[in-house]
Amino acid sequence: MALWGMVIDLDRCTGCQACVMACKAENNVPAVGPKESARGRTISWMHVLHEESEERTRFIPRPCLQCDDPPCIKVCPVYATYRNPEGIVAQIYARCIGCRFCMAACPYNAKYFNWRRYGTESPGRNPDVSVRPKGVVEKCTFCHHRLQKARERALAERRELRAGDYVTACAETCPTRAITFGDLSDEGSEVARLARSPRAFRLGEELGTRPKVFYLSETEGHRRV
Amino acid sequence: MSDAVVERDRALFVPLTQTGRGFYVTVAILGAMILWGAIAYWVQFGEGLGVTGLHQPVSWGFYVTNFVFFIGISHAGTLISAILRLSKAEWRRPITRMAEVITVMVIFIGAGQILIDLGRPDRLLNVIRFGRYQSPLLWDATSISAYLTASTFYLYLPLIPDIAILRDHLGKRRWLYAVLALGWTGTEHQHKVLNRAIAIMAVMVIPIAVSVHTVVSFVFSMTIQPAWHSSIFGPYFVVGAIFSGIAALIVAMAVIRRIYHLDGYLKPVHFRYLGYLLLVMTLLWFYMTFAEYLTGYYGNEPEEMKVFWSKFTGPFWPLFWAMVTFNFVIPLGLLVRLGHHAISKTVVASMFVVVGMWLERFNIIVPTLSNPRLPFPEGHYWPTWIEWGETAGSFGLFILFCVLFVKLFPIISIWEIQEGREVGLKEVEERLRTYLPDEGSHPAAHGREKVLA
Repeated sequence: MALWGMVIDLDRCTGCQACVMACKAENNVPAVGPKESARGRTISWMHVLHEESEERTRFIPRPCLQCDDPPCIKVCPVYATYRNPEGIVAQIYARCIGCRFCMAACPYNAKYFNWRRYGTESPGRNPDVSVRPKGVVEKCTFCHHRLQKARERALAERRELRAGDYVTACAETCPTRAITFGDLSDEGSEVARLARSPRAFRLGEELGTRPKVFYLSETEGHRRV
Repeated sequence: MSDAVVERDRALFVPLTQTGRGFYVTVAILGAMILWGAIAYWVQFGEGLGVTGLHQPVSWGFYVTNFVFFIGISHAGTLISAILRLSKAEWRRPITRMAEVITVMVIFIGAGQILIDLGRPDRLLNVIRFGRYQSPLLWDATSISAYLTASTFYLYLPLIPDIAILRDHLGKRRWLYAVLALGWTGTEHQHKVLNRAIAIMAVMVIPIAVSVHTVVSFVFSMTIQPAWHSSIFGPYFVVGAIFSGIAALIVAMAVIRRIYHLDGYLKPVHFRYLGYLLLVMTLLWFYMTFAEYLTGYYGNEPEEMKVFWSKFTGPFWPLFWAMVTFNFVIPLGLLVRLGHHAISKTVVASMFVVVGMWLERFNIIVPTLSNPRLPFPEGHYWPTWIEWGETAGSFGLFILFCVLFVKLFPIISIWEIQEGREVGLKEVEERLRTYLPDEGSHPAAHGREKVLA
């Protein structure tokens, strides 16, 4: 069984937000408009955090970290969010009651709520991704629909799924190739190799959530030594 | 039952027989508050939670605060009344009914807050269809529904003899009282069964009440969020709940005493004793708060400290220090000496505590959500008229329920007052006798005297 994961090289990231836009277009993430955005209602499955401290300034692109032990799924009262066998944390929009307990429990603020009915007139929707109604929580799914498509294609071509068949929109778009996506359980894969790098670290590792999104950073390595 | 008996407690029938202008004015004001709440909910139901001030990352605000607050108030009752009954505190007699009514009415309002807070209230039943017992929300649902059921029975059982009195003497709504009285005639056997049932419910209701606010706290403490993930939260919430419950009870007592001139029943001594209980809870609340914040401060974890300073000196400082003043400084100052002006002192302290405990719930929920771990911009939550309306409507509905109860049933237990006069006095004397050293011949002492002789 594959274990999908991602490595983001912070030393390469320029903060250009191409991943954010690619994600929005791919996943029908609604544009909430300037008024709602000013009120803190922006939905951004991939969000570029801007960290500024005395010693450094850096960008941290933050998708859902797809924890192996996700705090959000523990608290859901209705099985609307769960970890699937391949390690992707999914959200069932048709079942979510909108209690927002998962949002309160996620230490990375990776879950977003549809405060209103957004995106009523958004042009050019991706037919592979369902549009969320108001009142439910949504989140990054590692472009799970792309996995389904890749699987179907592989099946039609009577072959196994190959590395590179399934890549998320953000990884595909990144102009500096800072985002690498693949199967962490495959020791030889690029993503598994990078995750073992001495530069690698994970956000909030001490929380025991075991995220499957790794970050690479020279400065982080120095700080940790 | 003779009419002379009814005559003696005439004052307790006044709320049921006479309806003055004050009643209609009160109902009109409460109705306006409820209307505001209803309009607010109508708008929210149509447009979504976007009409509130909630956002990313403060996804819980007034509604969850109200939920914790109202469920806390519900500990007024049943818990206090059960403890007083079990400890045979004779001064409980005019208080227990009121405490039980507050409990039952406020649980409805508290549980309703969750429905208001849901993004998809139409899917509420998913909690039953796909319920996941690993979620603290399911523990809440279980505990609160058990508490509601137990409290309703606990309110109803001691009400039966009073309903029978109303059936026989009031002359109004006879069919209603006849059905609810369940054929009560006041025989010795009936009294025995009733007292037994009340005693069983009193014992059962205490652990349920404790469980309710414990699992309400678990909604927060089971997450790993800074300033929530604390093992003290269960008892801390229970203490806060009993604290706010007693305060609400004292306020209700004072209002009813004033409106219906029940000075003869609700005496300064009742306020003084409840005031002492409130004082104990003030100290206990401060102790818990002190332990909670000192632990966080001493540990000095960066994430914890962000929330800590946002409360102590940051944007939440007015609310935090108001909470400390209302819940500790003012009540402590007012309650240490209750020799004179017991009523006004306890009532003023209680009003501050009710507000202070609401602030306490808010100070637990919102600052943690406002300070995300990752470098997000800090969240600023400010409620809109929708949340104010819902809150006003919730308070209005709660008070209206209580007002209507007072119109339909005696708010001070008539039969228990009578029982106090007829049975209680003798019982207390006999009980007191058993506490004292036995008079006259004592077999053991007798024997020793012989030996010594």
